[in-house]
Amino acid sequence: MAEQGIHVRLQQPVPIPLDAALDCAPGEVVALVGPSGSGKTSILRAIAGLLQVRQGTIRINGDTWFDAGQSVNLPARRRRVGYVFQNYALFPHLSALHNVMEALLEHAPAERERRAREALSRVRLAGLEQRLPRALSGGQQQRVAVARALAREPRVLLLDEPFSAVDRATRQRLYRELAELRRELAMPVILVTHDLDEALMLADRLCVLHQGRTLQTGTPHQVMTRPDSVEVAQLVGLRNVFRAGVIGHDEVRGITVIEWRGHRLEARLQPAFAAGQQVTWAIPQGHLILHRRDRPSLGERENPVSGAVIECISLGENVALTVAVNGPGRPPLFLNLPAHTARRNGIVAGVTIGISLLAEGIHLMPADESRTPARPA
Amino acid sequence: MDWSALKLSLELAAWTVLILLPIGIGVGRLLAVRQFSGKAWVEALLALPLVLPPTVLGYYLLVAMGGASPVGQFYESLVGRPLVFNFEGLLVASVIFNLPFAIQPIQRGFEAIAPEVRDAAACCGLSAWRTLWRIELPLAWSGLLSAVVLTFAHTLGEFGVVLMVGGNIPGETKTIAIAIYDRVQAFDNAGAGIMSAALLLISLVAIGAAYFASSRAPARRHG
Repeated sequence: MAEQGIHVRLQQPVPIPLDAALDCAPGEVVALVGPSGSGKTSILRAIAGLLQVRQGTIRINGDTWFDAGQSVNLPARRRRVGYVFQNYALFPHLSALHNVMEALLEHAPAERERRAREALSRVRLAGLEQRLPRALSGGQQQRVAVARALAREPRVLLLDEPFSAVDRATRQRLYRELAELRRELAMPVILVTHDLDEALMLADRLCVLHQGRTLQTGTPHQVMTRPDSVEVAQLVGLRNVFRAGVIGHDEVRGITVIEWRGHRLEARLQPAFAAGQQVTWAIPQGHLILHRRDRPSLGERENPVSGAVIECISLGENVALTVAVNGPGRPPLFLNLPAHTARRNGIVAGVTIGISLLAEGIHLMPADESRTPARPA
Repeated sequence: MDWSALKLSLELAAWTVLILLPIGIGVGRLLAVRQFSGKAWVEALLALPLVLPPTVLGYYLLVAMGGASPVGQFYESLVGRPLVFNFEGLLVASVIFNLPFAIQPIQRGFEAIAPEVRDAAACCGLSAWRTLWRIELPLAWSGLLSAVVLTFAHTLGEFGVVLMVGGNIPGETKTIAIAIYDRVQAFDNAGAGIMSAALLLISLVAIGAAYFASSRAPARRHG
């Protein structure tokens, strides 16, 4: 069973640096996330056979598509991949029907047309078969591209930023459609996106990439709340990242105690870090609790800290707070609140507020040596 | 009107187009799709007939294909008559001086196809031939049409190279452009005028048809 699904290992120093390891099981959706230029599309192109990498292997369900050591490199047209390109790359001179029929050449003409019509009706494009791509909306073009990619019964489905070229409302609709469609898909699906929210919504697992290197692969929850490194934490948008020292562990209570700016903070038990060790720690937004100024509650006993609001920016229905804990000049704590909560609690720049740092959310990582020691945490 | 000269010019133009079209597709596509060292030099060499005076090009072709050259000697031993000063020699010269008129529009046509479209064809399982036939040529067709028209019209009007390589042999190498020159030399302005008008009309219709066709072409770039 270990051989089922797609297994990708790619390495090369130039021209596009890559050091990637990626596995995706049948029916699973793995999202490749990372900033622009992190190698996401290059990995997809290598899987499709459109980019040859210096070293590595690509195996799918026990078959080898690429093995640099054995000089195996199956050409793209023989790999049976379904590829939805960022701009869909429909054949502009062919109708929607003929775009899909081109992917069905192995069948007799009558069968090709029958299957193409079926594929188009599956993506709700029945009746638009004869339209040229330029006569279709962005969302409809995307569906033709999906129908064309799936028509060939591909062994892997590759989606390269498939939602980036459509407006917001269409995108929301396409998300739902993809979520529905994926229940029927039995092949591995690899989705490239730079939009973390999109990845969280659609993927079973995230694979975080930076400069061609896969940094961490895991469930969205794992990656978002328990990043392997400071680099991953920053890439997934965790802003509250600080340094601390480990004081010790209490296995009975299931906690690890750290010291941060004179506070003893209780974190969930993380015995991999020894007492006395310097660590970096992070906490997701969802584990920060604002103390109500009018009515203190029980949860406030958990790792309470206080600080002055140094910045209070309104972002639509939310407010982004920057809080100086233990005085200015140190990396601040960032907190997002609903605007009505901020209003009700009278939070404006200059006031002092109390915040609890929930133990469950405090995640320890190896100390980040790249951060300048001159800047105390 | 020198009908035999007009017929010869049309034959020469048709053969030149026929020979250059596959060459233009092959070389134009290669230059559009592939990157290789020395590509700029290859492009410069192919564009040379655009800037070289026709007599200079004609002179070199005469030397290269003449009876004293290996090419000329080989051809004569094979066919039994010299390559220069007959229709075949004229055709070879015509193909060479029309290279940029055929290759450049086709190259631009292929360059205008988004690379992802080729990638999509590969991912759909299309062979290289089917990709060319079914996807690339239909998308580059306005470039192909321009190449055909420019090559055809340019061959009809070429004078210097034809005179150097072909001479002025009626029915064999005397094209309509040379016939016009002949008529002017003989102070037959009326004859020269009719033939010039005919040439003007043919060229105008050809170029006009090409512009009309490409203006009706849908936007080829996608996405």
